[in-house]
Amino acid sequence: MEGERKVKTEFAVIGGGPAGLTAAIEAAKLGVEVTLIDENFKPGGQLFKQIHRFFGSKDNFAGERGFEIGNMLLGDAEKYGVKVLLKNVAWGLFEKLKVGISDGNKINILEPERVLISTGAIENSIAFPGWTLPNIMGAGAAQTMINVNRVLPGKKVITVGSGNVGLIVSYQLVQAGAEVLAVIEALPKVGGYQVHASKITRMGIPILTSHTIKRANGNKEVENVTIVQLDQKFNEIIGSEFDLDCDLVCIAVGLRPLAELCWMSGMRFDFISELGGFVPVHDENMQSSIKGVYLAGDLTGVEEASTAMEEGKLAGLAVAESLVKINKNKFNKEVSEVRERLRSLRLGPYGEFREKAKERLIKSYYDGGRY
Amino acid sequence: MRIVNHPILGEEPARKEVEIIVDGEKIKAFEGEMIASALVASGKKVFRYTSKRNEPRGIFCAIGRCTDCVMEVNGLSNVRTCVTPVEDKMVINTQKGLGEWKVNEK
Amino acid sequence: MVNKNFKNITKGVLSLEEIKKFPGYPSEERFKKGAVAVIECIEEIPCNPCETICSRKAIIVGNPITNLPRFIDEDLCTGCGNCVIKCPGLAIFVINKKFSKKEASIALPYEFLPLPEKGTKIIGLNRKGEEVCQGSVYKVLSNKAVNHTNVVTIVVPKQFADKVRFFKVLN
Repeated sequence: MEGERKVKTEFAVIGGGPAGLTAAIEAAKLGVEVTLIDENFKPGGQLFKQIHRFFGSKDNFAGERGFEIGNMLLGDAEKYGVKVLLKNVAWGLFEKLKVGISDGNKINILEPERVLISTGAIENSIAFPGWTLPNIMGAGAAQTMINVNRVLPGKKVITVGSGNVGLIVSYQLVQAGAEVLAVIEALPKVGGYQVHASKITRMGIPILTSHTIKRANGNKEVENVTIVQLDQKFNEIIGSEFDLDCDLVCIAVGLRPLAELCWMSGMRFDFISELGGFVPVHDENMQSSIKGVYLAGDLTGVEEASTAMEEGKLAGLAVAESLVKINKNKFNKEVSEVRERLRSLRLGPYGEFREKAKERLIKSYYDGGRY
Repeated sequence: MRIVNHPILGEEPARKEVEIIVDGEKIKAFEGEMIASALVASGKKVFRYTSKRNEPRGIFCAIGRCTDCVMEVNGLSNVRTCVTPVEDKMVINTQKGLGEWKVNEK
Repeated sequence: MVNKNFKNITKGVLSLEEIKKFPGYPSEERFKKGAVAVIECIEEIPCNPCETICSRKAIIVGNPITNLPRFIDEDLCTGCGNCVIKCPGLAIFVINKKFSKKEASIALPYEFLPLPEKGTKIIGLNRKGEEVCQGSVYKVLSNKAVNHTNVVTIVVPKQFADKVRFFKVLN
C-alpha cells in the first residue's frame, strides 16, 4: 500500500444507493461540495436490479421501473457535479469525522465537514439442514443474477418467504425463464402485498402458507427440498412432509441494516425488529448521535427505495442547512414537504408499523439510544 | 445459463468476449461482468470448499457482503467473485479452505 | 414422499365475491355498456398512477393516496387501457362483456416472452391459476410506449369474464 493521503471535502457520502445519491444531489444543488464513495463499479445500490414498476405517487416516480430511476439519479449526480469515487471501500469512521477509504492500492483519509452513511442492508437467512448447499441463496442474490447480470442460476425454483421480496423475485424468475414450483411461508398468511401475490398465483404458482422448509438435500448442490406443514404454534405436523425436486432455493426472510461503520464509530443504536434489528438512532433531521454524521435509507430501517430517497433528501437538506447553504425559511419549507411525503409513504396497513417504528427510533435518539 | 432475450431488459447487449480459465478449463465471459456471473452462466455452482468439513459453498448474497463466493483469482485467495470483474486470461480456481498465502518477500 | 395435491393449498387468493365488493369493480350495469376497466386493487398502499394516467379523469384515488381507486363516474371510462399499463401491481384489466353474443374479451398486462400471436388458442386461468376454459388471443399491444407492459387481449366464453385473469398457450 502507498502512504495515506489526506483529502478534504465538504460532504462525504458513504454508499451510493438511492438514499446516498439523493442526499448528494440535494446538497450539491445547494452548492455543497460532495464526494460520494461506493465500493462497487457502478453506484445505484439495489435500484438496478428492480425491474418492476414502483408504487407511490408522481413525486416518488411511481409507475417507473427501479433501474430507470437509478439512471435518472446517476444523471443528476453528474449534472450537479457530485464527485463519485467508485471501487472505494470506506473502511473506517474515526474521530473528527475522518473517513478511511481504499481502492485496493491506495489508502486515503477523507476530512469532510459532514458525513452521510447510507450503506443499506443485507439479506438474512434461516438455518435448516442443508442450508449451505450451493444454489441456496438470498432472493436478492438471485435477483441480482437475473436482472443485473442476465444469468439464470437455476430453472426449478423454491422461494422461502412470501414478503414482497419473495413474491416479486418469484415473478421475475419466471420472466427470466425459470419455473417457480412454490412459495413457502411459515406464517398462516401471505406477508407481502395482495397484488404481488395475485401476479404469481394466477400463473399457477402456489403459496403454501403454514409451511416451512425442513431440509435441503443434494450432493454438491441443492437437488430437492423437504417441505413440512406447521400447526398454529409453528410445530411441524408429523406426516405432512413432502419433497420437491428443485435446483435453486431463494431465501426471502427479510433484511437487516449494514451498520459496521456506525458500530465502530461508537454511534448509539437501538434494537427495533420492525426496522430489521439493530439500527443506529437519528433525530428528525437524520443526524446520528455523532454530531456531523447523518444517516439515511435502509441503514436506518429496512423500508423501500421511495422512503430511502426521501430520507436522503432530508439528510442532504439538513447537511446544507448546517453548512449555511440554505436559509432557514426555505429549509423549513422543503423539509416539511419531505416529511409530508414520508408520512404519506408510511400510511396504510403496511406503512403504519414502519411509521411507529421510526417514531420510536427518533425517540430513542433523544433518550440516548439503548446500545 | 445466459438470458438472451428478456421481457423487460430486452436482448443481450453486444459485449466484448474475454477468456477466463476456471479450474484449468477455458470459459468464455463478457468484458465487465463479475466473475460469479460468468461462472453461473457456465453452470458452475461450487465455488469453494470449507476448511474443517470440506463442504461445498456457492453464492449467498451476491452483493459482496457475505464472502460465501470467494475463490482463488490470479493466485490471490479470498477474492469475492460476485463483485470482482473478469479480465482476459484470468486464472480462477476453486478455493480449498482459507486458500494459500505466499509470504511477501519485500 | 411427494404430495401431488399441494396445489390445493394455495393461500393469498381472494374469491370473486370478495373482490367484487371493492370500489374498483364496475357494476353489472356498466358492464352492459361495453369495455370498462376492472381495478382489482384491494389494499391501502400509497399508490396512485392509475389516477394520474387516466385521460378521462374517470379514476379517483385522492388524498391520502392510500385510498382505494374507484370510479368518479363509471360512464367516463372508455376502456382505453392506459391504466392497465401503468399499474405497478398489474391489477387492472379491461373487460368487455359485450364483445360478442357469447364471448367476452379480457385485456390483461403481460410482461413475458414470447408474446403470443393473434389467433393463438389459449387456456384461461383463474386467480388461483386453475384452468377454467378455452379461448384465443384477439389482440396484442406491444410498443415503446407501453414500456414492456404489453397488453394481451384474450377472448373467452362470457361466463368466465369475471374469473379469468391469466392464460397459457394451448400446445
